[in-house]
Amino acid sequence: MGYELAMRVWRGDAEGGGLEDFTVEVEEGMVVLDAVHRLQATQANDLAVRWNCKAGKCGSCSAEVNGKPRLMCMTRLNLFGPGETITITPLRTFPVVRDLVTDVTYNYEKAEEVPTFAPGRPAGDDGHHRMFQEDVDRIQEFRKCIECFMCQNVCHVIRDHEDNKQVFAGPRLMIRYAELEMHPLDTNDRLELLRAEAGISYCNITKCCTEVCPEHIKITDNGIIPLKERVVDASYDPLAALGRRLFRRSADDSAT
Amino acid sequence: MPVRTRPAPTADPAAPAARPRPVPAPRAAVGARTLRRDRWWMQPLITVVVLAGFVVYGVWAALRNGDYFADPYLSPFYSPCLTDNCLDDATPHVFGDISPVSPALLILIFPLGFRLTCYYYRKAYYRSFWWSPPACAVPDARRGYSGESKFPLVLQNVHRYFWYFAVLFAGLLTYDAVIAFIHDGRFGVGVGTGMLVVNAALIWLYTLSCHSCRHLCGGRLNLLSKAPLRRRIWARISVLNRHHMFFAWASLLWIMAADFYIWLVAAGHLSDPHWIA
Repeated sequence: MGYELAMRVWRGDAEGGGLEDFTVEVEEGMVVLDAVHRLQATQANDLAVRWNCKAGKCGSCSAEVNGKPRLMCMTRLNLFGPGETITITPLRTFPVVRDLVTDVTYNYEKAEEVPTFAPGRPAGDDGHHRMFQEDVDRIQEFRKCIECFMCQNVCHVIRDHEDNKQVFAGPRLMIRYAELEMHPLDTNDRLELLRAEAGISYCNITKCCTEVCPEHIKITDNGIIPLKERVVDASYDPLAALGRRLFRRSADDSAT
Repeated sequence: MPVRTRPAPTADPAAPAARPRPVPAPRAAVGARTLRRDRWWMQPLITVVVLAGFVVYGVWAALRNGDYFADPYLSPFYSPCLTDNCLDDATPHVFGDISPVSPALLILIFPLGFRLTCYYYRKAYYRSFWWSPPACAVPDARRGYSGESKFPLVLQNVHRYFWYFAVLFAGLLTYDAVIAFIHDGRFGVGVGTGMLVVNAALIWLYTLSCHSCRHLCGGRLNLLSKAPLRRRIWARISVLNRHHMFFAWASLLWIMAADFYIWLVAAGHLSDPHWIA
């Protein structure tokens, strides 16, 4: 059964813009992205919106719906009350390109700073790397990330403090660091980088990244906090440092 | 020899500040500080009320310096009681007579430090008291922000040291719970016994579900397959860790309830119903 949906959509670009009101005919079962497409098809042909899979797996259609970061394709209209106006704005943390499209280059620049996966010598004579499932169970959770960047968007460290983009990599990249740091075959040591340039201590673990993750990755509990503990091992714990000195091991070696 | 596919950058915390900062491209001019319409303020408000209530009660309990022992029950606020003016003899009175100072003041720094630096409580008070941020997608109250990178908040990294003491305290509270079964030299069970047993259980659950404990028991290892015992311990602590928030609140409120009950009995406001073998 169709009904009239009141929408407020942010229109504009880097020069300026504002919320514009629309009323769109929608049907039961539709999601916010469907309504935006209906609006684009019927009233605002030049509305810029980024989307791709419509299945919550590409991470393209991130936006803020009624102030909360959401994937538009996974947000059903029946989440909202009848007669409620839905407000859609672009991700606040990133520079706007036009309408609902933002420039997420920051995330890729930060990704470039992460030292890549570096496996050591294969343990077997056949030249193949082998690892056990129990050693990679943890990091498979992090591989679910679809790079929607909603965690980056909601993280107050960079959302409310533009200057911190220089010194903090953000939760998405923390997950990338965790995935590599906990990998059983990796040999790169990123702990000092995490402490200094990636700025892990800027995170005050208020868990908004976890709250908005559409893949339900426990970003804080399983990624950032374990990394913080490893950084404590390497930089802040005198007992751990003494242990390393006595047993002549590096901070990264002691994780094996 | 480790292989580096990309040279490790020199990690100098001062370096980013020395770089010329690019002018940030403009964000969308949305205007309103937040467009959230739900009651986002409710959670921080509840946290403030409960934590402030606990602080008020805790100050009263720690300073009252009396009615904290109703044989065989010792209030968890005063355990271990280490001064000559303690009313119980469960632990040695190593600090002598410090009256009129409350013996609770000697020990409370340890459980207080453990909770203040706890990863869950940090989230709770950063959101509710600091408003940093008060809720997701609601702006910080302050203009500047350096997280836990500078003094004094960099001291949050001592959490694991408080955890070591927390294990000791959990053991002592377990001892108190065992003592609570001995009524006049005979086995007995009273309501106070139940209060202290539940208290010790909740403190253990809160202590063992700690993120630092999870790390120290096995989380720090990359090759868990080479340490099967630590892997099993880590896996079980990880299950507990998912409920860390619940244990944090339950143990906090139960300490208050146990102390209040013992105060009621010790002050003569209530008689402890109990059964003795």
